[in-house]
Parts: sequence; C-alpha cells; structure tokens
Amino acid sequence: MSGGDQTAAQAVPDPGVASRPRTGSVLTRLKHRLPLPRGLGQGMVSGIPLGWLLVFFLLPFGVVLKISLADTAIAMPPYTALLDWDGEAVATLQLNFGKYLFLLEDTLYLSAYAGSLKVAAVSTLFCLLIGYPMALFIARQPAERRPLWLALVILPFWTSLLLRVYAWIGLLQHNGVINNILINLGIIDQPLVMMQTDFAVYLGVVYTYLPFMVLPLYATLEKLDETLLEAAADLGSAPWKAFLTVTLPLSRPGMVAGSMLVFIPAVGEFVIPALMGGPDTLMIGRVLWDEFFNNRDWPMASAVAVVMMVVLVIPVMLLRNGQNKTAEHG
Amino acid sequence: MRRRSTSLKVLALTGFAFLYLPILTMVVLSFNESRLVTVWSGFSPKWYGELLHDDQILGAAMISLKIAFISASLAVVLGTLAGFALSRFPKFRGKVALTGMVSAPLVMPEVITGLALLLLFVAMESLLGWPKGRGVVTLIISHVTFCMAYVAVVVQSRLADMDGVIEEAALDLGARPWRVFVDITLPMIAPALVSGWLLSFTVSFDDLVISAFVSGPGYSTLPMVIFSKVRLGVSPEVNALATMMIVVVGIGVVLFTWNAARLHRMRQREERAAAAGL
Repeated sequence: MSGGDQTAAQAVPDPGVASRPRTGSVLTRLKHRLPLPRGLGQGMVSGIPLGWLLVFFLLPFGVVLKISLADTAIAMPPYTALLDWDGEAVATLQLNFGKYLFLLEDTLYLSAYAGSLKVAAVSTLFCLLIGYPMALFIARQPAERRPLWLALVILPFWTSLLLRVYAWIGLLQHNGVINNILINLGIIDQPLVMMQTDFAVYLGVVYTYLPFMVLPLYATLEKLDETLLEAAADLGSAPWKAFLTVTLPLSRPGMVAGSMLVFIPAVGEFVIPALMGGPDTLMIGRVLWDEFFNNRDWPMASAVAVVMMVVLVIPVMLLRNGQNKTAEHG
Repeated sequence: MRRRSTSLKVLALTGFAFLYLPILTMVVLSFNESRLVTVWSGFSPKWYGELLHDDQILGAAMISLKIAFISASLAVVLGTLAGFALSRFPKFRGKVALTGMVSAPLVMPEVITGLALLLLFVAMESLLGWPKGRGVVTLIISHVTFCMAYVAVVVQSRLADMDGVIEEAALDLGARPWRVFVDITLPMIAPALVSGWLLSFTVSFDDLVISAFVSGPGYSTLPMVIFSKVRLGVSPEVNALATMMIVVVGIGVVLFTWNAARLHRMRQREERAAAAGL
C-alpha cells in the first residue's frame, strides 16, 4: 500500500505527537484523534468496495461455475455436491459435464443463443439508425436548449422499463389502440396480429434501449469540432458528403459505446420476450429463467449462464476495454 | 449548417415521437372509465381511487421504496469510495480488478447477475448460516452491488473533471487526508452524489429480474407485482400507477434540468463578471 502515498502527503507533519496531549471534549478529541497510518486509510478506501465486489460480484460467478458442473438432484438446494466425503478422510471430486453436453445436443439452446444474437444485433442497428439523427439534432441545438432535449431523452430512461413495455402492449394487442384506430378508419377489417410476435420483441428492445444509444452518441457529437465541417463546406463539399466523410467517422467512439450498451443487455433480455414475444420467440435470457423457475434445474440454468458469459459477455467486454484503451492513447 | 437541418429535424422529431407516443397513450388511457382498457368510454379518475385501495400494490410499493432508499444510500457510500480510489490513488493493490468489476454490473445481463447472486446466497446460507432465507437482506445486498456501479461511474467522471490542485494544496498546508476529503472533495462532488443517489434509487426501484431471483416468499417488490398483473393482461390500475410514476419522475427531471440550467447561467454570469473585472 505504501506505493499509493502521494508526494504531497509527505509534507504533513506527524500529527500524532501534536494531538496526543490535547484535552477537551470528546468531540474535539475525536476530531484530533490519531489518524490511521496513511497506507491503512487508503487501503480501506479502496479495499471496502473491492472486497464487496469480490464477495458479491466475482465470487457468485465461481458458484455458478461450480453448480453448472453438478448434477440435478431432488433436494434443497436441488443439485449434487461436487465433493463427496465417503465417511472417512477420502473425498472424491465429481465433475459432471452432462449439462454442457446437453446444451450442445438439444437444438433449443443453440437456437436460443442464435435468436438472442439476432434480436440484439438487429435492434442495435435500428437503435443506431433512429438514435443518430436524434443525437445529431440535439448536438446542433443552441447550448442553452440542449439540456431540455437531453432531459426528453433521459425521462423515459428514468421511468420503469416494465411500464414502458407495458405501454406498448396496450397499443399493439388484439383489441389495442392501433387496431382500433385502423379498423375505425376502415383501413383493415381484421385486427392485425402484432403482440406475441418477433416484431413486437424487436420493437420493445429498440424502444427500451434507444436512450442508451442516444446519450453516448450525443456525448461524442457534442465535442465534434464544428470548424472541420465548415472547412469541408468551404472546400466545396456537399453537406451529406461532409457528413459521411467527417462527422460519421469522427463519431465512431460514440457509435461503438452506444452499440455495446444496447447489444449486451439486449442479448440477455428477459422481460421483453416474456411479455411481448410469442411462445416461439427463443431468447437465451428467457430460457435461463424457465430452466430456473419452471424446471427448477439449477445446474442447467448455471450452464446456460456460463456459456452466455464465455461466448457473449466476456468477448464484448474485452473488446470494449480495448476500445477504451485505444481511445485514451489515440 | 442550419439550412440542411430540416430533414435532420424531421428524423429527430420522429424519434422523439416514437419515444413518447406509447407513454402519452398510457396516460390518456389511465383516465378511461371502461375496464376494457383500450376502448374509450368516458373520462374517469376512478382507477386512481381503486389503486389507493389495492393493498397488494401499496404493500409492494412500500417494500420497494424501503429497499430502494437503503440500497441507494449504501451504494452512494461504496460507489464514492470506489470512484475516489480509482481516480485519486495512482496505484493500489487490486486497481485493475476494481476497474473491471465496478463497471461490469452495468452491462452484465440481469438474468446472469440474479442467478449468480441467488446461488451465492444459498451456498452462504448452507456454509455460514447467513443470510437466513431470502428477503430484505438479500435484496439490499444485490441492489447495492449493481447500484454502486452507477455511483462509481458518476463520481469518477466528476473527479476526472476537477484537477486535484485544491486537494493537494490542503494536504501541503497540513490538513489530514480525511479532513481534505470531508471539507474539500465531498462538497465538490456533491452534485455527483445527488445524481448517483437518484439514479441508484430509480434503478433499484425498477428492478424486476434480479429481485425475482434473490427475494423470497412474501417479499414481492412493486415490479414483481406489476409483472404478474401484466402477464394476466393489461389492467387499468397499472395504467394509473404508471401515470403516477411518470408524473413523479417527470417533475423530478424537470426540476433537475431547470436547476442545472440555472447553475450554468449563474456560472456564466460570474465568469463574465470576473472577465470584466480583469
């Protein structure tokens, strides 16, 4: 911990000597109490959150890994122990890769992973297409009006995700607002089937995650040097060409950051496919949920989670860290 | 630039309409008299009255408010420590680990976090005998874990915007690190703490997936109750509830934005005055 000492702190005279003979109320004595050794104080500042996250964030993944290698058992908790004590001091380690083999054999899981990837990728693309004009529009507003437009983007983000999904159900369902309006206008005779379809899932994901795309995009576009565009215009470049050759490439960090913020949570999304998707909308978050809550197969749910982590989450997070590093050095 | 912005404006405003149309529809429908939520039969605030007599919803709302309040407060403490350590300590043991772990809960799919935490609690209970069963304690621990990430990110970016000159000067003048933190750093990052707390409160109050995993029987949070109601179909009470929540959040965001704009203008005036004084 001594490496963390700041040079400035060396100028501090040893306060322990000065404060010890002081008498007075408990309060003043508390105020002038012996300071902790500097290394220890700093160690506690970084150590407390670090310890918390090690126990409640990292350790749980170890437990998931462990249980994914156990077998299902009719017991509470419903899985077998990896270590068996057969009476005496001999312990046997039983690793069971059966759940992982089953993941590969049953096409349900593979198509659920593929389905999640497809939904997340397509939704990210649509978020980008809808969110980019919004971010650019806000960035081009006069400075004093930008907070208002930003607040309009952030407001839905502060309201419950569940309720925003719910709002769409009222619009899309069989006797919902959209169908009522279209039938009353005489455009259609039969209500359109929109709920419980893949379309509804895409719509829900795009709608829910749109603010996550707009905010990082805006952050990049706001910092964009306007003079570059003026230079392009002065040199005879058409506005759309200046956009394609100047604005778009320069906003890449925002596009990448926004896409990550949409893509990763969308892959594991549960609420939207559960409420808006049909029975054949396969997404891995929903499969995990069903394995856990409906089938009570904790080892299977754990194996699904481990594969989702290894295949999707970790690569994307590493990619993101790499992006951040190049952005810092570049 | 201004001339070609018509098409941009149309596209952007379409995007905003997309964001707000469903919300506005829901608000209007919450005043619909008919139980058939989407068929308009007349204006009536009766669903708000029914909502206030729904003990299941009120009870769940109380649980959610309590958990969100405690979780947000603990998350501000832990998140501030993390954000401070990451931006002010040049290096310490576990800095790489803390950097990675502090932002990971923000992007981790909720089903994974929820499952992982529940399995941890079950394992801890059988090994250590704590936490006993699942309920308030497990909910709060889980919420603090993902909320502190938001606080850490906000605090870290706020600290990155300020250079450490004032803090260093105080240290040079003999103030102890703890006093420097309380007297100088904390007041300077106060706005970040407020927005971190509000963000944590909202995220905790809204959480469905992680809560469903880690809560036990008898501890249904508000989103869990709404989820089970919505699964059975749309209900006018949920419309009323959603409208009330949107109004509260809307007022909060407007006040916050207005205050931020006021501070911004004040700072600009001061800067101009200072420049004129020179």
